[in-house]
This record gives sequence, structure tokens and C-alpha cells, in this order.
Amino acid sequence: MSKPAVKNHEPLFHVVKRPAIPTWQSLLIRAGAILAALIVAGLVTFFLTGLNPIDVYSTMIDGAIGTEKRIWNLLQGIALLLCVSLAVTPAFKMKFWNIGAEGQALMGGLAAALCMILLSDKLSPALLILVMFITSVVSGAVWALIPAIFKAKWNTNETLFTLMMNYIAIQIVSCFSFKYSVPKGSGSIGIINSISKAGWFPSVFDQKYFLNILIVVILTVLLYVYLKHSKHGYEIAVVGESENTAKYIGINVKKVIIRTMILSGALCGIAGLLMVAGTDHTIATDTVGGRGFTAIMVSWLAKFNPIMMFLTSFLLVFFEKGAIAISSEFDLNNSFSDIITGIIIFFIIGSEFFINYSIKFREKEEKRK
Amino acid sequence: MKKTAKILALVLSLILAATCVFCLAGCNKTPEKPEEDAFKVGFIFLHDENSTYDKNFIVAAEAACKELGVEYIMKKNIPESAKCQEAAEDLVESGCDVIFADSFNHESYMIEVAKNHPEVQFCHATGTRAHTEGLANYSNAFASIYEGRYLAGIAAGMKLNEMIAAGKFTAEEAKMGYVGAYPYAEVKSGYTSFFLGAKSVCPSVTMEVQFTGSWYDEALEKEAATALINSGCKLISQHADSMGAPSACENAGIPNVSYNGSTQAACPNTFIVSSRIDWTPYFKHMIECAKNGTDIEDDWTGTLETGSVVLTDINTAVAAEGTAEAIADAKAKLISGEIHVFDTATFTKDGAPLASYLADVDTDANFEADTEVIANGYFHESEYRSAPYFDIDIDGITLLN
Repeated sequence: MSKPAVKNHEPLFHVVKRPAIPTWQSLLIRAGAILAALIVAGLVTFFLTGLNPIDVYSTMIDGAIGTEKRIWNLLQGIALLLCVSLAVTPAFKMKFWNIGAEGQALMGGLAAALCMILLSDKLSPALLILVMFITSVVSGAVWALIPAIFKAKWNTNETLFTLMMNYIAIQIVSCFSFKYSVPKGSGSIGIINSISKAGWFPSVFDQKYFLNILIVVILTVLLYVYLKHSKHGYEIAVVGESENTAKYIGINVKKVIIRTMILSGALCGIAGLLMVAGTDHTIATDTVGGRGFTAIMVSWLAKFNPIMMFLTSFLLVFFEKGAIAISSEFDLNNSFSDIITGIIIFFIIGSEFFINYSIKFREKEEKRK
Repeated sequence: MKKTAKILALVLSLILAATCVFCLAGCNKTPEKPEEDAFKVGFIFLHDENSTYDKNFIVAAEAACKELGVEYIMKKNIPESAKCQEAAEDLVESGCDVIFADSFNHESYMIEVAKNHPEVQFCHATGTRAHTEGLANYSNAFASIYEGRYLAGIAAGMKLNEMIAAGKFTAEEAKMGYVGAYPYAEVKSGYTSFFLGAKSVCPSVTMEVQFTGSWYDEALEKEAATALINSGCKLISQHADSMGAPSACENAGIPNVSYNGSTQAACPNTFIVSSRIDWTPYFKHMIECAKNGTDIEDDWTGTLETGSVVLTDINTAVAAEGTAEAIADAKAKLISGEIHVFDTATFTKDGAPLASYLADVDTDANFEADTEVIANGYFHESEYRSAPYFDIDIDGITLLN
């Protein structure tokens, strides 16, 4: 079948796996990707809407960090996304595909909200927040523990299992938001304890989000130390690299899986607590708002490094807030902000390809001679 | 390892520095922009133009702002959750002087933001809590849409009469179907007034109501309307915001009395007429009050007279003859007070006329009825607060779920 004419034909380009490249180079590639994304998004904006891309980008920056309040909102957005991302990271590092963070955080948030509804007149404010913390952590952990046990004991598929647990959590929240809805039958709980503010995180330095941000900063550092410098962290890494190696060197794999998923779920529970007690003061099926899924990307792009995850969540939240500002400022449909965010995320993920692979073009004939 | 950490630290500090520069740039920009000082209106809508309910608000908002020459920002597809609070706060940040939200369950979030921003006016359609909340910068608005539905009901009754006269079914079989969103007073008040309008010209009429549990669910609404048609309903009306019910009617060839606006373009063979609230008069009032610094009433109720309650053009191809005249006549009588929609002589509950009824006008946790609303022989709807509170299940209407 071979054709003699193309016997020595070399394709125009081929893809070669790169050896590890220095950090500055990979950062350069990523920065280039973001730049390219902004240019493409600008062109798309121009051709679809006829708006001046420079105006659009200045609106984007203004929408994300234009005022002091917006900077706080941005930091708060980063904190919430980062918190969920931190939560999924230990499990991912172990190659346990926990895509149930949405549900785990939702269960944590639901526990906090139910405490606010049922216990606000029975406990002192400080005690109430303590109880909310404990119940949120436990609820999130239990929601993660169930698939972990099934995985450890019967080797069930954790991806499907955790995914399905999300839908159960959403239905449970929807059930409770009907039960405690105000007004009755509306299916919406509304602001809980609007007057007494029982169970609300207090403002610190006049900033209602300060506590959220502080908690997530502390968690980031703790998790970094845990993963990098503790025995547990080492065990997680080994189980992730090779389960057989882990068994060979005497690591109890089942124990590590269960322990790590409890940690993952507990952190999700804290994220839910921050969303309910520190942000929304209510619970609804959209409280977590897809962060459980976005977190997967944040964690992956940062190569499971908690400090790098700050950067990736900064990027995503910055562009998300910016894109929302664009669509309301220029009276575009909401889908437009999704398109812009989609383009940017596409390029960010695409840049990973160029970090791991390089493209070799066919050399010119003369050169070869 | 150390090298990576150093680079990381460098990048982090660069990002922080960039954030600060952007911040300063943003802060510096603020006073330079003249439009920051201009009067601005913010709008929060539950859906976008694809929902007939929201489209009705959006069109009116654009018209009012254009007429008064004020800037506006619209936020669409804002769910009834903490997202509403986020949206309202962002509108405050964008310099809005008055902020309006259009959906019932936006209320608690609007109140929360209103508490924190006394310098901004917050207005909310269909809400119930302004008159008890005691906030100077928070108000509710609605319209006496029950009058519009009553008039649309007359068109429905006349169509039934025409079909009875043509021998399509007997007077006893004159059954209407109604697709409602939720069993709230707003919906009950709406379908009861529609029913009473039809009954005023077609005394034998009965009605079945099917709730969908959603303000906008095209598939569910279509399914509910089809089920009603299959159970023998001769005419359909709806209080839900998608094209579900009208298009089911068009498919089945069953006449439809619509809501929120004309559906004639999509349903030329079945659309009779539609009642709707024209929000333009309210938006103009709201903007002018906020601009002049005058107080906005806790409750503002638009009427037939203010031009807030209107009917679309009648589809003469479907409507019975004389419909326009009958509606015009009834409208004049409603305005003059000669007739009342909820005249206690025209309906019964459990076989007996009502002489007294306590309605839940002041929203409280236990939904306790608190105000006597029947006087001078009729139910005083939308007088003690703008949002409807007629929630009586009268005889002749069957609730299917």
C-alpha cells in the first residue's frame, strides 16, 4: 500500500514530550496563554457585539477590582473557591477522584443552616457557631466517608459514587428548603435570623468577609504543611503514585483512603459553613454554585500545590467577576459572560499541553542537506 | 525546591502589586468618570426576555428610563437566592440610586441590602413586607391585575357562550382549565377574578386549576395544559410565564386567554386576549420619587386608571363577537365603582355567601390572618397592601393538586 513518492515524507509537525522545563518557562507559557485568551476573547467580543475590546477589558477590571468593596468581594470569592479546592486536593493527590465536593459542601452548609434555624434561640451566639462548625465538619465528612468506605471495602467506582452523592445532597437541601421556606410553600428559605443575626460570622475590622478569608488562609498553610511535610502527606503521595508500592512498604491503603476522604469531606464541610454562616446566611440548592466542580480544575492546574491554587482560583474568580460585569454593563445576555470565561479557561487548560509537550516542525529540505 | 518557592513568592508579590495598581487605577478613575454621578437605576430580573413575565418588566423599564432620560443597569437571570443579594450589592457599588427587583422571593434579600444601604431606594414588585418592615428606603408595588383578569375572563365567558350557541358542547360542559404556578394568593386572586369575569357572562361555567410549582417551566406548563384539555376543558388560561400553555392550546385548537402579553404571533388560531400589568407608570413614579428625594409609598397599587392594568389587542379571529364592547363596558363600570370584581353576591364558599373574611395582610412567621377585608358587599383586594391577599377557594373552582 505504500506510495514510493511519499516514502521519506515527514509530517509538517509532530508532538514531542518535553523533559521537565524550568518553572519560569512554564509560567511564561501560562502567561502567554492568558494573553492569547484575552486577545481571542477580545476579538470574539468585537465581532459578536461590535464593542471596543479595550472598553470591555477596562469594564472587566473595574468589575473585579474597581472599588475597595469589589476587591473584598474578589478575595471572598477566591477564599470560597480555594476552600473547596483545598478540600478536594488530598483526595486527588491520592488519585481518588472525588468529584462530590459540591454535595459535601452543600451538606456542610445545610447542617449550618439547620443549626441556625433550630438552635438560634436555645444556644448563646458563640456556642451556636461552635455547634455549627462541628455539625458542618461532621456532615461534610460523612458525605465523603460513605463513598470512601465503599471504595476501600468493595472497590466501587468513586467517580460515579461521589457524583451521585451530589444529586442526593441537592435533593435533601431542596427538601429542607421546602420544609422551612418563608413564606410557606415558596421553596425558598430566605435570609435566616435576619434580625438577631444568630449564627452569622461577625464582621472583623468592619469587613463581613474578613473571617472567611482569614480561615481559608490558615487552612491553605495548614494543608500545604500537611501534604508536603507530614507522614500522612507522604502516604497520600505514595498511594497516589502506586498502590502496590504503598502496600509493599507497609502502608495500610484502605486506612489512608478512608482517612484522606474524611479530611476532604471535613474541609468541604468547612467550605459549606463559610458559604452559609459567613456569606449567604441562607441555604439553597445553588449555594455552592458549581464550586465543587470548578475546584477540580483549580486543584489540577495548580498541580495539587495549595499555594499555587491561590493563583489559579484568583484567575478564575477574577475573570468570572469581570465577565459578569461585562454582561451587565453592556446589557449582554448572561451567556456572554459564560462564553468569555469559557474561552479563558480553554486557553489556561490548553497551555498545560504546551508545558508537557513541544511541537517540532519539519525542517526545510535545504537545511537537511 | 527553594528555587520554586522563591519564584512563587516573586509571582505572588507581583500579583499583589498588580492588584494594588489596578485598584489605584480603579479608584483614581472613579471621580473622573462623570457618569458615576449621574442618576442610575438598577434592575434585577428573575429571568431574561424569554420569560413573558420578565419581558413585561424589561420592556417597561427600558421605556420608563428612556422617557426620563436616566441611565440604567439590568441584571437578568438572578435566582431567588443569595445571588439576588450579591446582584443588589453590586448595583449599589455601580452607583445605582434606586434598585428594583421583580420576583416574589427576591424580597428577603432586597430587605437585607436595603438595611445596609439607607442612601439607596429599594423597590420590589409583588412583595408583601414593606408596610411592616419599617424601612424608609424599601417599598413594594403591584397592580390591581385582578381587574384585568376579570375583563379577560369576560372575553373567555363570551367565547364559551359562542361555542355553546354553535352546539359544540352544552352549557353544563362549559369547563375552563387554568395552569397556575404556585398556590399563592397572587395566583388564587388571579384565577378567581378570571373565573368570576367568565361567570358574569356564562353563569354555568366551572374551572379546574393545575399548579406546576414553578414560575417558568415550559415542559411542565405544556403538560398541565394538555392534561386539562384532555380532561374536557374547553378553554385554557394560565398564570405561569412560559409559552408552554399557549402552545399546547395552539396544538390542540383550544382557545387561550393569555397573561403578561400577547401570544398572538405564536398562537394565531387560539389566542383571544391577554391581560398584563404595564409597569411603565410605576417605574416612572419610582424614578421620579428617588430623583426628587420624595418618599416612595410603602405600597403602590397600579390600577386601570393609572394605566397599569391593561389588556392587549383582542384577536378578532378567535374572540366572540361583541367582546370588545363588553370589556369596554365592564371596564368603565369597574373604574366608576359600579361593579366590583370580588362582589360577595357573585360567589359562594361551601355553598354560602361570605359576609366576613380575615386575610393575612401583615406577613408573619405563622401566617395568621389579621385584617377584615370584606366590607360594603365586596372583598377589598389590594387596598391594605399592594400585593394580592385574596386566597379563598370559592365554589365552582376545583383544584387538581
